[in-house]
Amino acid sequence: MSKRSNWALPYFIFLVLFVVLPLVLIVVYALQDGNGGFTLSNVSRFFTDSDALSTFAVSIEVAVENTLICLLLGYPAAYILADRNLNKSAVTVILFILPMWINALMRTLATAELFNVFGFTLGKGTLLFGMVYDYLPFMIYPIYNVLLKMDKSYSEAAADLGATPIQVFGKVTLPLSMPGISSGILMVFMPTVSTFAISEFLTNNKIKLFGTIIQENINSSMWNYGAALSLIMLVIIGLTTILLGGDEREVQGGTI
Amino acid sequence: MKKTLAQAYIWLLLVLLYAPIVFIAIFSFTEARTLGNWTGFSFELYKNIFSGGVNGGAGLMAAIKNTLIIAFIAAAVSTLLGTVSAIGIFNLKGRKKKTIQFLNNIPMINPDVITGVSLFLLFVFLHFSQGYLTVILAHISFCTPYVVLSVMPKLGQMNPNIYEAALDLGATPAQALRKVLIPQLRPGMVSGFILAFTMSLDDFAVTFFTRGTIGLETLSTYIYADARKGGLTPELRPLMTLIFTIILVLLIIMNVRQARSDKKKR
Repeated sequence: MSKRSNWALPYFIFLVLFVVLPLVLIVVYALQDGNGGFTLSNVSRFFTDSDALSTFAVSIEVAVENTLICLLLGYPAAYILADRNLNKSAVTVILFILPMWINALMRTLATAELFNVFGFTLGKGTLLFGMVYDYLPFMIYPIYNVLLKMDKSYSEAAADLGATPIQVFGKVTLPLSMPGISSGILMVFMPTVSTFAISEFLTNNKIKLFGTIIQENINSSMWNYGAALSLIMLVIIGLTTILLGGDEREVQGGTI
Repeated sequence: MKKTLAQAYIWLLLVLLYAPIVFIAIFSFTEARTLGNWTGFSFELYKNIFSGGVNGGAGLMAAIKNTLIIAFIAAAVSTLLGTVSAIGIFNLKGRKKKTIQFLNNIPMINPDVITGVSLFLLFVFLHFSQGYLTVILAHISFCTPYVVLSVMPKLGQMNPNIYEAALDLGATPAQALRKVLIPQLRPGMVSGFILAFTMSLDDFAVTFFTRGTIGLETLSTYIYADARKGGLTPELRPLMTLIFTIILVLLIIMNVRQARSDKKKR
């Protein structure tokens, strides 16, 4: 039995090489100048780079708005899907989750084409719309999962003890579904900040998000600055994850 | 009343969610070069893909081929690595187990861009010339965690004594693995493989950063370049439709299998 625990060793080495080392390298490159000497100038450059700063602000704004809209639209949907009295069909659940597995780039292009055909001007509005399209399933799924596993006897007990349906929801169901909500926020907020390509297509290059700046710098061989921007994003990811008690286990059920 | 309202809401969201996909699918059955023009029903665009009669069609065909080869190799290797590792992790205890599970979670939490940039820097740092191999390695690194998580529950459901019994009855460890362990884990491995395959098929950002400058195109990077040139090549409409359909079928198979095995358990 003890020998089989060694079977994890190759993967451990693989993870160190292809996950840990690359992340360490982001930090290393971010703190290096072109000649390999230590410097903080890449990081400090971000704080004086008005272009990057405004993009950063826009990204956070769009991400917050997108997350809020997804939560407002997604929570009721997850609630309905998880309620056996309101929804008996498993197919609808699968239909909601399917888009998660379809290339976001393709879905985005399809959405952008649809906007074009109907004559909408591409800009902030279409960006938000497209983002909600792309990320709504990522909000619904974790909340649905938590609601489905929730012990119904709590809300039944609350109702028996005289709570109104609104009270049951506000005092029992909602607090118990918080883990799902934080997973959902995590899965919508972070990808929105970091997407590239998607925002360009949805706004006809008018609005850039943070991921795009990283990509532009890396592609024009500004590796150190690109790494510094990635590092800033990593810090934000770390903070959000800690803030939300980052545990995505609800989401990672393997099968959908 | 409440139920009707709830159902209406669900279906309204679904209609909105699927509108762009359905729209593309409908207009894949007409010849018009501009999207939104209906010039009569036709399979012309589908024929063009398979006969290579697309403007720059060779590029598109090569991109499809690359995408499938990369997805297949990445999924196969991930399934092998992930299954072996899941068995290992399952038998680990304490801090070692926690550490490797934590590391296993990182690629799933990391946004694509970070995964892409970090691997790009790795290959630059190691002076590893980027191309096919680096893309496949990158895909293995973000696919394997999903295989591990698909196989782990199956290990939990398994009776550990069966494997020991096989050994006691004279099976070599290799035989016990092949005849006892693998058949029990197969459903998890199949789910893991399908998951890894679709993840790889879907990936854009990681491929974009790790493909180097040798002109390697996958479908995603091809579509990206195409859309940047302004307007989608019409042949991408039937192609997207086909991909949507394939993924749809794969996922439905996977979910039906899951539902069946759940039922069996009960």
